[in-house]
Amino acid sequence: MFWNLLAMEVANQNPVLLHGTTAAYFISILLFILGIKMMSSPATARKGIHWAGLGMLLAIITAFVHIYFLGQSDPQLFLKLGLMVLMILIGTAIGWYSSLKVPMTDMPQMVALFNGMGGGAAAVIGYLDLLHGHGPVSLKVLAAAAVIIGATSFSGSIGAFLKLQRWISSRPITYPGQQFVNALLFLGSLVLGYLSITNPTVLNVNLFILLPLLLGILMTLPIGGADMPVVISLFNALTGLAVAFDGFALQNYTLIISGTIVGASGTLLTILMARAMNRSLFNILFGAFGKVQKGGEEEEKVMKEMSIDDAASILAFADKVIIVPGFGMAAAQAQHKVKELMEELEKRGVEVKFAIHPVAGRMPGHMNVLLAEADIPYDRLYDLEDINPEFETADVALIIGANDVVNPSAEWDPNSPIYGMPILQAYKAKNVFVIKRGRGRGFAGIDNPLFYLDKTYMLFGDAQKVVSDLVQALKKL
Amino acid sequence: MPEVWVALYIFMLAAFTGFEIISRVPVILHTPLMSGTNFIHGIVLVGAMYVLLTASTPLELAVGTFGVFLGALNVVGGYVVTDRMLAMFEEKKKRRKE
Repeated sequence: MFWNLLAMEVANQNPVLLHGTTAAYFISILLFILGIKMMSSPATARKGIHWAGLGMLLAIITAFVHIYFLGQSDPQLFLKLGLMVLMILIGTAIGWYSSLKVPMTDMPQMVALFNGMGGGAAAVIGYLDLLHGHGPVSLKVLAAAAVIIGATSFSGSIGAFLKLQRWISSRPITYPGQQFVNALLFLGSLVLGYLSITNPTVLNVNLFILLPLLLGILMTLPIGGADMPVVISLFNALTGLAVAFDGFALQNYTLIISGTIVGASGTLLTILMARAMNRSLFNILFGAFGKVQKGGEEEEKVMKEMSIDDAASILAFADKVIIVPGFGMAAAQAQHKVKELMEELEKRGVEVKFAIHPVAGRMPGHMNVLLAEADIPYDRLYDLEDINPEFETADVALIIGANDVVNPSAEWDPNSPIYGMPILQAYKAKNVFVIKRGRGRGFAGIDNPLFYLDKTYMLFGDAQKVVSDLVQALKKL
Repeated sequence: MPEVWVALYIFMLAAFTGFEIISRVPVILHTPLMSGTNFIHGIVLVGAMYVLLTASTPLELAVGTFGVFLGALNVVGGYVVTDRMLAMFEEKKKRRKE
């Protein structure tokens, strides 16, 4: 508990200040709840974030005014207020610039990064509370929990950022005894947390914050890129919880309520996201999903390759082509080339449609945004239910960097980890062309029988290069 | 009622509120909503500001200042990222109507 803060509040019982700040925080919380509620429906979503933003602005201004009056007897008050303004200005500049500049494909890792920052701030509050060393044990335990959760979320989110940004391999990284090491780190955190509560020396508390920092990054190593949004959502919920615990230590209801709401809604959202992918949370966290599975009946199966020129001529003489874009297309920034391909085909009277899986790119709603950026008209984009009956009449299903969303195992193989997930039925098309970076498996690491069908032909290479080669070949025909 | 119990009551009610308000979210909004709630826990900035006020040693001052910086990044980055994502949805609605 922040004893001196409480003392300042007791010393400053100005009723106008007390009721004014409490009422302002009350309105902030109301705006947050309304904002989240509105954000869960497409029609009102944008207004939701604006209302929530207004609530945040109100809360920050209120905190400033409150702190100004509380700290009247503090000789360093103006230094501290100055530091706050400076840090908020620098944070605003960096946060604003980086999030405006980043391409839409990289949005998930930006969410991870900023979530990590919040987790870090939550850990800092718990850390300072422990250093103060006053207050009832129950509140100390909550502060220690905030340190563990906040620091784990901080480094874990940065790990997720690094993996999604591919600064480290987005494949699961595993080693023997991994879960054991992580469990040991967690237990170590608990022991040091206990020491930090009973004997809060600078050394103990510093050692204490290090372990969960290490744990967070090690926890994300075995998680594959495909599962990352779910994990980011989990860290998001955890940060919310850490903020709520800080709220207990600070005796601040705004933090308790906002943090708890994020913790609860974030947990539900994590479960919903995992369910949309037909995965359990446990499996995601500990299953090293996306690690290439070994064993099983490994028949000799062959992927057939096709030359660019052959593919181009079949496309040129098709009546109807359905393009299935996936994360591979987004990652290769190939959407503008895909648009050229669409135009080139349409010049020859080919009907071109795009099939958008709800979790294409593993970020719901993401693919529509990316294609819109490349000026592909919205009336060419079709949702799963609308396009699936059309595959049967398509001459070619052209799959660009998608894998798991067209994997027929989801319909054919009850033993498959993705069995039951709705897929785009590209396998029903007369021909299937697959543009793929290599022979490896998809993000989910599951073998895709679609690639071995008689009518399937592979075009290996970077999506942007293959598509632009196709455009060139079409132009020459 | 002792204050710690008041806090626990609020904790429980807020947890149910959190579950209820997003229980009907469509898949397409999962990511923007995740980002939106990420923005909301940026309220930690306010906590960090109070904590900075209580700092009495240079170490506490430095760490508290860092906390405010991290919180500010969470707030601003969370807001802009969410708003950019949701702007795309609005654009989509308009284009569909045309």
